[in-house]
Amino acid sequence: MRFTFKTSYEQDIALAKHGGHRLWYGLLIAVLLLAPFVLPEYWLAQLSFVLIYSIAGLGLMLLAGFTGQVSIGHAAFMGVGAYAQAYLTNHGIPFFVALAIGMTLSAVVGVIVGAPALRVKGIYLGIATLSFGFIVEEVFARWEDVTGGNAGLNVKPPEIFGFKLDTDLSFYYLCLGLCVIVTLGVLNLLRAPTGRAFVAIRDSEISAQSMGINLARYKGLAFAISAVVAGIAGALYAHKMRFITPDQFSLIQSIDLLLLVVVGGIGFVHGAFLGAIFLITLPQLIALGKDYLPDAIGGAAGLQAVIYGVVLVAFVLFEPLGLYGRWLKIRTWFQMFPFYRKGMFKRQKSFTKSDRLK
Amino acid sequence: MSDATFNHDSPLLSARDLQVRFGGVLAVNQVSFDVKRGEIFTLIGPNGAGKTTVFNLISRFYVPTAGTLEFDGVALNAVPPYRVAELGIARTFQNIELFEYATVLQNLLIGGHVHRKTGFFADLFHTPKVRQAEVDAREEAEKVIEFLDLQPYRDTLVAGLPYGIRKVVELARALCTRPKLLLLDEPSSGLNVEETDGMAFWIQDIKNELGITVLMVEHDMSLVSKVSDRVLAMNQGETLALGSPREVQSDPRVIEAYLGSAEDMSFLRRPVPFVRTGS
Repeated sequence: MRFTFKTSYEQDIALAKHGGHRLWYGLLIAVLLLAPFVLPEYWLAQLSFVLIYSIAGLGLMLLAGFTGQVSIGHAAFMGVGAYAQAYLTNHGIPFFVALAIGMTLSAVVGVIVGAPALRVKGIYLGIATLSFGFIVEEVFARWEDVTGGNAGLNVKPPEIFGFKLDTDLSFYYLCLGLCVIVTLGVLNLLRAPTGRAFVAIRDSEISAQSMGINLARYKGLAFAISAVVAGIAGALYAHKMRFITPDQFSLIQSIDLLLLVVVGGIGFVHGAFLGAIFLITLPQLIALGKDYLPDAIGGAAGLQAVIYGVVLVAFVLFEPLGLYGRWLKIRTWFQMFPFYRKGMFKRQKSFTKSDRLK
Repeated sequence: MSDATFNHDSPLLSARDLQVRFGGVLAVNQVSFDVKRGEIFTLIGPNGAGKTTVFNLISRFYVPTAGTLEFDGVALNAVPPYRVAELGIARTFQNIELFEYATVLQNLLIGGHVHRKTGFFADLFHTPKVRQAEVDAREEAEKVIEFLDLQPYRDTLVAGLPYGIRKVVELARALCTRPKLLLLDEPSSGLNVEETDGMAFWIQDIKNELGITVLMVEHDMSLVSKVSDRVLAMNQGETLALGSPREVQSDPRVIEAYLGSAEDMSFLRRPVPFVRTGS
């Protein structure tokens, strides 16, 4: 078993805790940088989607996984970013300027949506964000001057410093770059007082408050950051799809994002990436598997939705820590062989919570 | 203390005629007391006496229906709940309220949140200033870890710790705010005899070595008499007696509150047995 001796505080603060981290994450970056020269075009496009969904997943992970605020309307934030990007790019505004404006807009919308989070919790917050999602989708459909309504909106390719990124290759590198930046930002927040305040709110609001954490400020901040990150994903999504309609940002998309964080592993940064890989590859696997199934099942219209539902239920029941939790268990099994115990990752039930002040 | 207006004789916390009404229930009624600097002040009383309600008033979770609270010259009624820690009041909870899915060190660092010097954007870009602040925060947390002997648990998730240790971690987290006044809500509840003894030593150390004033709610009378300088007994929201532990324990009204008076208990007396003759 690896045991890291910490000899300085810097070592405790650093992102790469030991040589293994540097090696593996370095390799991962190298593989991702070289991927376009190896992968066929179709798979490169899928990889871009994985990166885009990873960004969106990171946003929701920060909110749901680290601050404990559920959002069932997260596609709406993506939509705000996507439509802002589409509208501004089509009016000839360069990529990063449009992105900055879209991010600001998302942050504002995030703070507005976060406002009820100060009063309502759990399932009620879920309902509030759900209805917000419907409202935004409706706005996209009705505000035809800007969004093109249900007829959809064509999106021009992004333009950075005069270069048009209209190839799959250049766009892939844009996604990769933004994904790395967002990930580093999220990791930086999580190792600083801001991120710790989020975790405090997740685990116990009452004691967070008595530790001097301003709940209103930090919940609002969590919603704003989450919305900004989802907005970035939305902007990339708009460019990737090249054509956006309101129903791309409907409840189904929000559920997909929720599926992503739960299947990936709620409360882990890695979970966002594993979840995104899962979300993008599952339809491919279903398509491949269809040929081996009897026609009555393989050809059924709702097959994909059913499989998604079954997978989500299965994860909630059997692996609440998600794919990343499964990986942790496998790794611990090997590290501790033969001393691994079955209950090592069981979350202890706590019967001693004091009555929360409502 | 460099404050020129600082007065050693003024009480650190003074409560005047506190009253809290939940609908028809008077949870706290006309309660007044002063906590002097550097003393251990204990609230005792039977269940439902209003002790924890007084704590929640000081933490600003509840708003008093009448009365005033003054801490170190600041009227607490006008302070929002999240600013209380900043003023120098830290607390623990009756049923531990730790951040379960964070490590002990992270819990202590959250305790240092009131002393944060960096803003959101600095955090986002992890500026050198943030790095330095993080190192400083860890040094501060390390002092508390050493004080309470928590070294073996530094990187353990709280969710996996036994109850007795969690109690100490919660105390440590409160100390990390570097408070002037420490509120302990039943520090010995759920602890065994040895752990309670350990807690008593720590409470005394906190007073003597760190110079922190302690206000606590406690049921274990041996702990109360061992550490407290003064005791306030409450019953049904009202003050019964105030004085040294010995004085309060021997106060007839206090005994009555805990055990009931002779007349109250008369119905419990065994009736004169009916003696049957023959079998």
